[in-house]
Amino acid sequence: MEYQGKDVFRRVGVPTTPQGRVARTAEEAAAFAAEFGAPVMIKAQVLTGGRGKAGGVKYCPDPAAARAAAEAILGLDIKGHVVRLVLVEPASDIDAEFYLSLLHDRVSKGYKVIASVEGGVEIEQVARETPDKVVQHDLDPTKGLDLATARHVLFSAGFPEAGFPDEDQAAALLVKLYEGFVATDATLFEVNPLIRTKDGRIIALDAKVSIDGNALFRHPDLAALDSSDDGDALEAKAKAQGLQYVKLDGEIGVLGNGAGLVMSTLDVVSQAGGRAADFLDIGGGADAERMTEALSLVLSDPQVRSVLVNIFGGITRGDEVARGLIEARSLQERDVPMVVRIVGTNFEEAARLLQEAAFETAGSLDEAAAKAVAASGGAAA
Amino acid sequence: MSILVGRHTRLVVQGITGREGGFHAAAMLEYGTLVVAGVTPGKGGQTALDGRVPVFDSVHRAVAETGADTSCIFVPAAGAPDAVMEAVDAGIRTIFCITEGIPALDMVPVVQAIRDAGARLIGPNCPGATSPGQAKVGIIPGSVHREGRVGVVSRSGTLTYEAVQAMTDAGIGQSTCVGIGGDPIIGTTFSDILALFAEDAETDALVLIGEIGGDAEEQAAGWAAEHLADIPKVAFIAGRTAPEGKRMGHAGAIISGASGTAQSKVDALEAAGFRVAGSPTELPALLRDAGYAG
Repeated sequence: MEYQGKDVFRRVGVPTTPQGRVARTAEEAAAFAAEFGAPVMIKAQVLTGGRGKAGGVKYCPDPAAARAAAEAILGLDIKGHVVRLVLVEPASDIDAEFYLSLLHDRVSKGYKVIASVEGGVEIEQVARETPDKVVQHDLDPTKGLDLATARHVLFSAGFPEAGFPDEDQAAALLVKLYEGFVATDATLFEVNPLIRTKDGRIIALDAKVSIDGNALFRHPDLAALDSSDDGDALEAKAKAQGLQYVKLDGEIGVLGNGAGLVMSTLDVVSQAGGRAADFLDIGGGADAERMTEALSLVLSDPQVRSVLVNIFGGITRGDEVARGLIEARSLQERDVPMVVRIVGTNFEEAARLLQEAAFETAGSLDEAAAKAVAASGGAAA
Repeated sequence: MSILVGRHTRLVVQGITGREGGFHAAAMLEYGTLVVAGVTPGKGGQTALDGRVPVFDSVHRAVAETGADTSCIFVPAAGAPDAVMEAVDAGIRTIFCITEGIPALDMVPVVQAIRDAGARLIGPNCPGATSPGQAKVGIIPGSVHREGRVGVVSRSGTLTYEAVQAMTDAGIGQSTCVGIGGDPIIGTTFSDILALFAEDAETDALVLIGEIGGDAEEQAAGWAAEHLADIPKVAFIAGRTAPEGKRMGHAGAIISGASGTAQSKVDALEAAGFRVAGSPTELPALLRDAGYAG
C-alpha cells in the first residue's frame, strides 16, 4: 500500500512526501491532522488504483474536515477492496503532475522504465487514448540506469517542454528510483503522480511498490513491511505459512497444486453452478504436513460447506497428499463433506489410501466440481 | 520431428542426487529418455539411479565424457542461476530449469547470457517438455501423454497435465508438450514455441494454455495471426472467474492498456483464429471443430 511504498522510497532515498500517519478511525485521523497543524490529505490505503476517482482521496484544511473525510472514506468499497486504513499526511502544493515507473518486462526479459507527462490519471488510460504520451524504454541490465539514460528518457517523454525547470533534479530522482528498485528486488516501482511543488521540489506524491516474493529472504526488513494488517485474517495466516491463499465469498473450499490448475478449478466450479470460498495453491512438491496446514486453513473459514481437493501430481506426489489429507481430516473438529481428485504422479497409491479411508473421490475435474457443488447444497449437478 | 526434445536428446540432470532430481530423473529414464549423466559437485565418480547413470562434478565433465546436449536443472533456487550459467558455459544449448522460487533479478543477467550464447532456456519454474513416445525432460507425468500430432504450449504446470490428459482420454495425441513457466522473467515465450511448432513437420494443430495476468497470450495471438493462419488452433485461459485486481499485480497491465484480463486474452486469441475453450475438458471437441482430424 501507499504508506508502505513511501517507507520503501524513504529508505532508498527517493524524495517523497513528509512522513504521514496511518489511521483506523475518524477520531485518529482528526487527531493526526491536529498534530500536523496544517492542511492534510486523507488517502484510502487499498491495493488498487483509481482511488481519487472513487472518492478515496480528500484535501482537508482542518481537523474537522479530516474527521469528516475519514468517516466518508473508511468502509468505502473501491473496486472490491474495503478501505480499513487511511493515510493522513501534510498536503503538498502541486504545480505539475508527471508519471514514472520501473518494472520487469516479460517481453524484453529485463527492466523497463515508463515515463509520461500525463500524471495523476491511470496510465492504462493514457496508453489507450494518447499512446504517444507514454514513453517506454528498455534498460540494459548490465548497464543499469545512469544519469545520461535518465535524462534521455525524460527528454523523450517531453518533460522539459511540460515545464520541468530542473530536469537534473528529476533525472537524479529517476536514478535513485532505479537504484532502490534493484536494491530491494522490486518488480514494480510506480510513481503516479510525480509532482513539482509550487516551491520547485520534485517529489513522489504516491508510491506503488511490489517486491518479488521469491527474493524476500534477502530482505527480512521488507518482509515485515509486506505483512500488512489490512488484509483478511485468513490470508495473513496463509502468508505466514507460505501458502498462496485468497479468500473469496462462496461456499466451496478449493485447494489444489499450481496456480493455473486452481484457477481452472474455480472456473469449473462456477460452470457447475457453485461459488468458491477461496483460492488455495499448495505449490509444488507439497508433503503430508503441508497438506494438513492447507486443509486446516480452508476449513477455518466458517462459510465453507464443502471442500474440493484437486491435485495433479507432477513434482507433487499423490500418495503424500493423500496421507496428509487423511491425517488432516482426523484432526478436524468440523465434519465438512470433501471431494478429492488426485491424478498424476503416484496416483494409484493415493487412490488406494483414499479408498481405505473412505474418502469421496472423483476421476475428472468436471465430476469433482459437480460433486462438490452438490455436497455444498448449491445447484445440483 | 517434434520440438526441443526427442529420441536424439542426450540429457544431463543437474542436481540428480537431490530428492526431486533423483525421483524425476528415474521417471525420465523409465519413460525412455536418454539420461546420460548427472551432475552434483563433490559427488563426481559416483553413480545415480541404481548405477544406471554416472555422476560428474561439473557439467563440463559430463559433456566431455558423455556428449550430453540438453540439461534439466533441479538445483535449489539459491544455486539455480549459477547452474544455468554452468550449463551454457559447458556448451549445452537446450536448458530446462524446473526450479521455482528464483528471484527475478537473478534471472535477468542469466537470460541475457543465454541470448548472447545463442542457447535456449526453458523456464525457470516450468514443468519441462515431453515428446510422447520419444523422450520427456522435466516433471510432466509420462502417463498423461499419447503419441500424436498436436503441439501443446502452456504457461502453467499442473494445468498442462490436466489439458493433456483430456486430449489423451479423447484419443488425441501430442507431438510435443512444452511448459514455458509462469515467472515474470523466462527464457522462452509462447511466441518462441509457436515458431518452433510452425517449422515442425509432425505438428498439425496447436493448443495454447494461458492464464490471466501479463500480456504473453496477446503477444502470442499477434504472432499466430501473422504466421499460423492455416493450422487448427485452440486455447484455454485459466482465471475467467478470478476476482479482478486480487492477485494480478499492476505491472503486466500497464504496458498495453487493458490487456491482462481473461477477456482481453480470449478476444485476442479469437481474433487470431483460435477457438477458446471454457474448460480444459472442452479442448478435444474444439480441436475437432477446428478441423483437426488426427
